[in-house]
Amino acid sequence: MHIVVCIKQVPDSAQIRVHPVTNTIMRQGVPTIINPYDLFALEAALALRDQHGGEVTVLTMGPPSAADSLRKALTFGADRAVLLTDRFFAGADTLATTYALATAIRKIGETFGAPDLVFTGKQTIDGDTAQVGPGVAKRLGLLQLTYVAKISALDLDNKTIEAERRSEGGVQILQTRLPCLITMLEATNEIRRGGMADALRAARAEVVTWSAKDAGVEDITKCGLRGSPTIVKRVFAPQARAEKATMVDFSDTPPADALIAELFKRQPKLETELATLARGY
Amino acid sequence: MSEPTKAPAASAGSRAATKKELPEHFKSYKHVWVFIEQERGQVHPVSWELMGAGRKLADKLNVELAAVVIGPEGESTAQAAAEAFCYGADLAYMVADPLLTDYRNEAYTKALTDVVNTYQPEILLLGATTLGRDLAGSVATTLLTGLTADCTELDVDTDGSLAATRPTFGGSLLCTIYTLNYRPQMATVRPRVMPMPERVEHPVGRIITHPLGLVEDDIVTKVLSFLPDRDSAKSNLAFADVVVAGGLGLGSPENFQLVRQLASVLGAEYGCSRPLVQKGWVTSDRQIGQTGKTIRPKLYIAAGISGAIQHRVGVEGSDLIVAINTDKNAPIFEFAHVGIVTDAIRLLPALTEAFRARLSPHSRDRIAS
Ligand SMILES: Cc1cc2nc3c(=O)[nH]c(=O)nc-3n(C[C@H](O)[C@H](O)[C@H](O)COP(=O)(O)OP(=O)(O)OC[C@H]3O[C@@H](n4cnc5c(N)ncnc54)[C@H](O)[C@@H]3O)c2cc1C
Repeated sequence: MHIVVCIKQVPDSAQIRVHPVTNTIMRQGVPTIINPYDLFALEAALALRDQHGGEVTVLTMGPPSAADSLRKALTFGADRAVLLTDRFFAGADTLATTYALATAIRKIGETFGAPDLVFTGKQTIDGDTAQVGPGVAKRLGLLQLTYVAKISALDLDNKTIEAERRSEGGVQILQTRLPCLITMLEATNEIRRGGMADALRAARAEVVTWSAKDAGVEDITKCGLRGSPTIVKRVFAPQARAEKATMVDFSDTPPADALIAELFKRQPKLETELATLARGY
Repeated sequence: MSEPTKAPAASAGSRAATKKELPEHFKSYKHVWVFIEQERGQVHPVSWELMGAGRKLADKLNVELAAVVIGPEGESTAQAAAEAFCYGADLAYMVADPLLTDYRNEAYTKALTDVVNTYQPEILLLGATTLGRDLAGSVATTLLTGLTADCTELDVDTDGSLAATRPTFGGSLLCTIYTLNYRPQMATVRPRVMPMPERVEHPVGRIITHPLGLVEDDIVTKVLSFLPDRDSAKSNLAFADVVVAGGLGLGSPENFQLVRQLASVLGAEYGCSRPLVQKGWVTSDRQIGQTGKTIRPKLYIAAGISGAIQHRVGVEGSDLIVAINTDKNAPIFEFAHVGIVTDAIRLLPALTEAFRARLSPHSRDRIAS
């Protein structure tokens, strides 16, 4: 069995600082991590491989430094890493990203064997759209199972898979055919630590590095900024509310009383509403 | 593995040049559409919220607002279409077929893509739910058009294009995104971000039905069963009238207890900022903000929360925002209505006691959980 896991290298949001004057984020020096949501996809893939045999290939599109994340994935136990890197990919929105990833996955199939499963995380912590997984599936003509909490059965002989998919009001138990794409829900497993052997292998392993051309991209205008139907026209700081916050003065009343007095003065109905609510509990 | 066959609309060339003029074949794309999401016979409230937003866009553009209702043949789907007129629809498109009883990506993608290709809307809005995001990504990729996810504001520009605003990563910034050269312009919006419009009794209007054109054998994915969530398992955070939340300023998981206690006395739901979920202090269903729940309570009390944009977008619809923070320059004071600069760890227990005394004088002995 061959599983491809798409991961993304993202800035560690816990470490992000905002420039006090320009209000833009200071990416420089911010450590990068594997998008945390992708680790659930990676672990699910590794677990399936351990159970059924086969190989896990991790794929990322990004700057050359994204090789770090791929190497990290190798230390967790992935078998192969592919980095898709080219200046033509810069500035891609979700549609252009899915074009590049889908092309690379096709190439991975030709080079290392057709994937039975493609995994992505639920979403990234930077773009946050949750649209790349479904987009890649559509471009590859794969069936898709999104928000998967659990893979309950995999039958490689009959090429079927059963999974629990989170929906708004419950859990759908779905069965579909391989190959398919799965986006994994968070907190559904815990990434393994990876052993010494994996660490050594990762240190020595070659990260397969492809340019757009290497990956088989035929139409460069479908990539990056040029291939993106959406454009960011304006970036701006949110406005403060026109009316300034009333700051509660508690120089001669206990702060709690001063605050409550201000609330009830401002919204007289609130007191009865709160009393009703409080009684309900 | 084949790619969608539809040709890309714009020819290659400099981005600036191709972005200016809408290609001729997209000029016939008109009207604003809202996808009406149903699950098991229930319309998701986000669909009506989007009808409210869609109505404003349609009025500005001077075009019609249509509801797109996709679901099983029968009462619930017909009812959803009828209901759409009470939320401002001028007309409804309906794809009703027994094969659409459960949500399945393949069938719903085909249904929605077909209606779009046939009747050609300029704007298509969907809820950013598990269903909406699953569907929107597939439909946008099939149509090769732009999709802006999780918008917090929708407007039309002077030239009639959709201006979709969402927070950007990290910094306290918003960005406005356009889909200039492609149609439809697609956007998703999370539940509770837009206000629920008033329902006004209205007779059923024009309904255009469209066939699904699939048989069960065409659909590979089968739904083996559906396990509905128990109601008790759901937190009512998104719909609560009063919410008390805590952030990193509380300093420790033990102190978060103070938030729960105040919430309990107020009959409120409790919530938190994202770092508390990441640290494992609070479960993820309690997170408020862009990647958590959006709330619209009558009263929101935020203790030790700085007010980052990702938090702000989740609480801005609250009637009365109260911020407790030791830093008088905290960004939260820019959108709070009432602020108090003090130590939340000391104020919260005092507030709990004061509210307890004031609201239900006879239940002083009740123990807050
Ligand atoms: C893609 C993305 C999505 C995100 N989604 C969300 C989201 O959905 N929800 C969310 O909340 N965040 C989200 N964030 C994180 C967000 O950017 C902020 O980092 C986060 O909201 C900050 O949490 P905080 O206010 O609790 O902590 P901090 O920013 O550290 O603020 C703590 C505040 O407490 C105050 N304080 C300290 N001590 C006290 C005291 N004793 N009493 C009173 N006040 C005190 C401080 O002055 C400070 O203002 C997201 C970030 C990214 C990048």
